[in-house]
This record gives sequence, C-alpha cells and structure tokens, in this order.
Amino acid sequence: MKHGRIIGFLLVLLGLLLAAPMPVLAGDVPLPHPVKAVKGSQCVEPVDTMRREHMNFLKHQRDDTLRGGIRGAKHSLRQCIDCHAIPDPKGASKDRTVGPFCTSCHEYAAVSIDCFQCHTAKAEDGGKQSSRWRHKAGGENLLSELRTHLQGSTKEARP
Amino acid sequence: MTSKPILQVIDGDSAGYFTLVGWFALFVLAGLGAAWYMEHNGHFVTGMSNQIVWGTPHVFAVFLIVAASGALNVASMASVFNKSAYKPLAPLSALLALALLAGGLAVLVLDLGRPDRLIVAMTTYNFKSIFAWNIYLYTGFFFIVGVYLWLMMERRMVRYSKPAGLFAFIWRLALTTGTGSIFGFLVARQAYDAAIMAPLFIVMSFSFGLAIFLLVLMASYHWTGRPLGDYVLRRLGKLLGVFAAAVLYFTTVQHLTNLYASEHHGVEGFILAGGSVYTALFWVGQVIIGGIIPLAILFHPVTAGSRSWIGLASALVIIGGLAQVYVIIIGGQAFPLLLFPGMEESSSFFDGQVATYAPSLPEVMLGVSGVALALILVAVAIKILPFLPQTLDDASIDPHFKAEPAEADASDEEEEDAAGVGETAEATPGT
Amino acid sequence: MNRLTDATRRKLLKGAAALSTLALAPGVMLVRPAVARETGKPATSNVRWGLLIDTAKCDAGCDTCVTACRTENGWTGHDRPQTDPQWIRKVTVTDKRSGAALSLPVMCQHCAEPPCVDVCPTGASMKRADGIVLVDKHICIGCRYCMMACPFKARSFVHEDVTDQKPHAPRGKGTVESCTFCVHRVDDGRMPACVEACTEKAGRGAMIFGDLNDPNSDIAKAVSKHVTTRIRADLGLDQGVMYRGF
Repeated sequence: MKHGRIIGFLLVLLGLLLAAPMPVLAGDVPLPHPVKAVKGSQCVEPVDTMRREHMNFLKHQRDDTLRGGIRGAKHSLRQCIDCHAIPDPKGASKDRTVGPFCTSCHEYAAVSIDCFQCHTAKAEDGGKQSSRWRHKAGGENLLSELRTHLQGSTKEARP
Repeated sequence: MTSKPILQVIDGDSAGYFTLVGWFALFVLAGLGAAWYMEHNGHFVTGMSNQIVWGTPHVFAVFLIVAASGALNVASMASVFNKSAYKPLAPLSALLALALLAGGLAVLVLDLGRPDRLIVAMTTYNFKSIFAWNIYLYTGFFFIVGVYLWLMMERRMVRYSKPAGLFAFIWRLALTTGTGSIFGFLVARQAYDAAIMAPLFIVMSFSFGLAIFLLVLMASYHWTGRPLGDYVLRRLGKLLGVFAAAVLYFTTVQHLTNLYASEHHGVEGFILAGGSVYTALFWVGQVIIGGIIPLAILFHPVTAGSRSWIGLASALVIIGGLAQVYVIIIGGQAFPLLLFPGMEESSSFFDGQVATYAPSLPEVMLGVSGVALALILVAVAIKILPFLPQTLDDASIDPHFKAEPAEADASDEEEEDAAGVGETAEATPGT
Repeated sequence: MNRLTDATRRKLLKGAAALSTLALAPGVMLVRPAVARETGKPATSNVRWGLLIDTAKCDAGCDTCVTACRTENGWTGHDRPQTDPQWIRKVTVTDKRSGAALSLPVMCQHCAEPPCVDVCPTGASMKRADGIVLVDKHICIGCRYCMMACPFKARSFVHEDVTDQKPHAPRGKGTVESCTFCVHRVDDGRMPACVEACTEKAGRGAMIFGDLNDPNSDIAKAVSKHVTTRIRADLGLDQGVMYRGF
C-alpha cells in the first residue's frame, strides 16, 4: 500500500522528467541564431572554436589581466562587446548592447552567466576613442597610433 | 552496576511532534525568504552598512557555531574523560553538535553577498586566511563527528569510538580557536586583536553548548514522556555553573587587560560605560542575566537541584550568550576605527563616529532560522535513528543510586569503556 | 607580423607620449607617471606604485580628487550615506587639545602587507606584483572579512544593484570594492584620476604618484627629500600611500 504510493509518485516524477525536454525534441524551440557582429568581419578565433571555448578564453584572460596585469591580449570581453553589441532592441537607449547576442544562445542552453552583473554590456561608443587594449598586437597598434598622431587624423586607427 | 539504557527512536507521530516540526519548518522557510529578499535587493535593506559590515546574522551564526562545538561536551566527557554516566547521552550530544553547526553555517552562507558562489569558497583557498582554515575546520568537524557518531552507534565498531572521541575533542578545540581567532587576528580594530579571543570562545562554547544541550534534553524527555532522573540534570547543571563562571572570568581578564593599556581606553569606555545599547547588553545581558543569575541558581542549595531552575539557568545562559556575541561583533564594529590615534576625525564616511545599527526584520528572521534548522534536524534525526536513551532515570544512570544521588561525582571516572554506549545502542531504527 | 625589439618599442612609446602631449590643446598638461607597460607583459615587482600626499597643499574645502574618482570609476550612490560606497573620502583630522586641524584624502593605502589580502578566504582580495591591491570580483563571495580587517575603512560593500558601470571599472552587487589606483590608467601610462585632477583641475599638486622603485621618479625624489609618514604606521603595513605634514 505504502510502496504502491511511492512507486506511483516515482512514475509521475519520471513522466514529468521525460516530458520536460519534449518541446525541444518536437522542434518547438528554434535553434538560436545569434546576431551578426556589427563591427569587424573576422572573429579572433574561428567561429566553431569560439562557440565551444569562449568561456575558457574569457576566464583565462580575466585572470591574466586582473591578477597578472597583462593588458591587450586578444580574448577580451570588451572586444567581444565592441563587435557584437547591437542597438538596443527595445529602443530604450541609444547605446549598443551585447545582451541579445549572449542571451540568444545562453537562454537556449539554459546557462546563466553573471558577467554583466559587474561588467557593462554596453559598447563604448559615444565619441571617445577606446583604449589601445582593444587591439591585438601592441607594436603594430602603437605604430598606427603614432601614424595617426603624425597625420593629425581623427579616423580610428586599425592594425 | 547500572542497568544499560537502550537507545530508541522516538515515536514522532503525535500531533505535538508535527506541530513542533511544522513551526521549525516555518521558521526555516521564513529565513530562506529573508535571505532571498536580502540577496535580491542587496544588503541595503538590512541594518548592515559599510560601518557595521557584520550584523545580526553573524551574531546568530557565530553563536550557533560556538555552541555546536560545546554541544559535544557531553560526548567528550563520556569518551575522553570516561564519565560513564554520560555515555548514553553521547550520541545525542554529537547529533546536536552537528545540527547546531549546520544551522550556524547556513546562516553565515546565506548572508554572503554572493551565496551563489559558495562553490568558489569551497574550491579556492587563500591559506593565510583564518576563514579558509575555518572552512576546513567546519567540514572536518562534520566528517569527524559523523564518523565518531557512527562508531558509537555501530555495535561492532564501538571499541574505536574512544580514540575517535578524543580526536573529535581536539578538533572541536581547534574549531573554536579558529572561530575566536576570526576576531583575535583583526589587528585593525581596537575591540579585537587579542589572543584571549580564542580561549574566551572556547569557554563560551562549553557554556552555550551545554545550556542548549540541557534544554534539548529536558524538552525531548518531557515531550516523549520518557523518564529523566535528577542525577544527570544536577551534574550537568553544576558543570554549566562552572562554565558560566569561566566565561565571566575570561571576560574579566579580557577587559582588565584592555583597561590597563591607555590605547584601549576609548573602546573599553564605550563598551563598559558608554551608555549605549552595548553597555546595557554587556552588564545586564551578559554579566547579570547570562552570568550572575545562572551562577546563583546553579549553586544555591535550594535551586541547584530543581530541574525547572536548571532549565531557567540554561535559558538565561543562552540569552546572555547571544548578548555577549552581539556586544563582541556589533559593539566591536560600532566603535570607530582609529586612523589617527589621539586625534578627532570626521568625514562623510562616518570616520570618528560611533556607528548606528538596528537589526532589521530579515536579518533576525535569517538568524532565527539557523536555530530552527538546528532544532528541526535534531527533531527529525531522533525519529529516524535511535539517539535518545529509553530512560535516563536515576536507577539506570547513577552508579550510586542507592547511596547519595547528588554527590556521586568522583568514583565513577574509572568505569570501563566497554560498558558504554555501543552495547546500549542495540536498538535499531526499526524498533 | 611586425615585431619590434623591446628597446625600439620603448622609444616609440616615449615618442608617443611626447607627441600626445604636443597634440593636446595648449594649457592642458598630460601627466604621465611612466610609460605604459607593454602589451602582453605582466606587472612586475620591479615597480612599486606609490602616492605621496602633501597635506600642506590639501584644503578642507576641496574635494576635487573625490569627484574625479567618482566620475572616473562610476561609484555614484543612492543617497543612502550608510550603504553608499566611498572609494576615496576627505577626512578632517583635529587635534583635540589645540583645535589645529588638517584635511586629507583617504583611500585604499595599497599596503605591502595588506590585512585584507591576508584574511580573504578565497584570494579575491589580492596584491598585484607592482603593489596595487585589488578585489578580484570574479571570486569575491561578499563575506566582508576584508572590511573587518582594513584599518583604514578603505573598502565598501556594494549594497545594491549597479547599472551603467564604466567599462574599465566593473562593479556589482554583493562584492567588495575599493580604490584601484586607477589600475586601468596606470597600465596605460596615465596618472590616477585623483592625482590628475588635483594637479590639473584643482591646481594644487598635493598628490604625487609614481614608481617608488625608480630613483628618478618624482615620488622617489620627494620621499628621499622629506620625511613622510603613513596612517597607522604602528601596524607596519608598509603602505604605498604616504603623507607629509601630520
């Protein structure tokens, strides 16, 4: 009698567990298609690598940068934001935000991230030239900065 | 020779039992709700601030953690000091220790700014931090007392329970040293930064833990209608008196030492004579309610033998203990940091000012939920596993029952260990 | 790829610094503590960043450094003084007997032996090789033990949600924060915002920032010329922030 009730409960639980992923199997939840980057044509790594490894790249570099003081390495969150931020879909602000790009996949995969509890998701537009840290290689970057100064150009230098 | 008490699960099917567990569960849920509210909004909804960074949750957490190691007293006396009269009570003592520690740690963790990162705290260590040591001391305590409990309750393993008890005893001393040193190692603050914090916390743990144990023991025997003789209670009552006196002694030394150094006159004046809530809590709460009155009760010939007086004294020790931890943690922070000793300081960041603090409802709810969690764990555990001896009447406990019950103190120390709990733990969960 | 030798690159860096000074509008002096550290290179203990504050040049009525820090790092409050963060504050110190007073800014003192780093259970509170004390908010669990341990009340707990953070100064609810010596600027070869503002906006020059290990730096020269002191020097924490005149 008691056992019967327990078995019944377990069966219901099992049913619920099996039913949960059903919509996905049935194709009700579409695969995410993250928005194309606004800037740049080439990511710092091949797309496949980025999809699989971006969290490791970011985690590795965050420790290098914050704890070691290494600046200007290529897997930079600010660089991600700079390319992938899009105009706010809700139109609430003029700033570009990387939110939609990240959430499109992260919601699908049900992986919550807390990056943007501390980091801003907004791109650094608004006229100010961002720091040199965004660039890949310091030497080239400095040369072009120098060139920019010499030419008096206001155009953003790109290596 | 005394008859061997049998450990037996409680029935736990009365309306009273379910009401009790229901209330505890309600308090635990309220605490979880409070924690969610604090985390969701941020700590600004509490009484805590950049001045008082540790508040009421920490008072409860530290009190429970300190009491946890003290709750192991009775088991230690049985296993380490061969007091055979306490052997039947050793499993309950170890259970209460585990439950109180769980309650205290739950409060501590739920008050973190980022409780979601508990896994970080468990995997990333800075070994210079006394906090990191404490994480090992706390988890180690769970493990060691858990094993000790198993050895005591498993008949085939009971011969190993004595060394395990000794190890658990040493570990709990280390644990309370660690907890006291959280404050003892703080060079920055006038109220802390003293080696006496560690031994002070150890005697506090003896006293608070035993007081809680006495109340839990009385309540569970009263509610289950099991016989509980005066012999056990009177002996434990006397012991509580000794511990309460020791707390007063260490507190006196703590303040006397500080009073001798003019450098500390500011903070001592603030706590002892400042007229603030901390002064009242110290003198009325800790010294009178938590110290002098229990001592009077526990050593006065009229009241010392009465179980209701012993119960009252235990409750007063607990109230006084909470007051003491409150004064240490919050009073110690309320006194401003001295950046420029001898000078007056002022700023927009409350430099040079006594910090204000009032406990907020969520903080109190979170703190109380730690107590409720500890008690619900005990209530459920004694229903599932046989922790409570069937009877603790004088005939089964007191080795000199026929003689003079209250004064049989010295001669039972030589009792052989084999007569201990292991053989008494015959009852299985099924009984 | 165009790889430069270290020596040439350093020359270029210095050149870039000089040029950028030239390129700026007249009247605005660009102060640089040193050259920017090279890309990809970690901070090293060859450098010890320090800050010397001359209280004689600091005025009670001036809080330019505080405003500059707040603007730079974005730690605006919610009009709740008890829980709002303060990375830097002006403290008035008064002699009880004589009434003589002075005013000085107090921020993270960037100790060589920081108590906050000692007590932090996870290692979130950390000291960089060049002496800058930081909170690694990625692993800060918000226990606030560092705030109990800091003798200078230099740290704040973030008591509520934060939005619109500065890209170079991430900050979030439930973690502890404090002055970073404007590490993002220093790594870029610029002065901390407070120092720059004290010189350029307030025109006081009460703050000198630089490498204590470099005998040619302004701060090393000043420290070798005048006796300086530290707050709670009795604690022996060997702070990077030093004061003159108290």
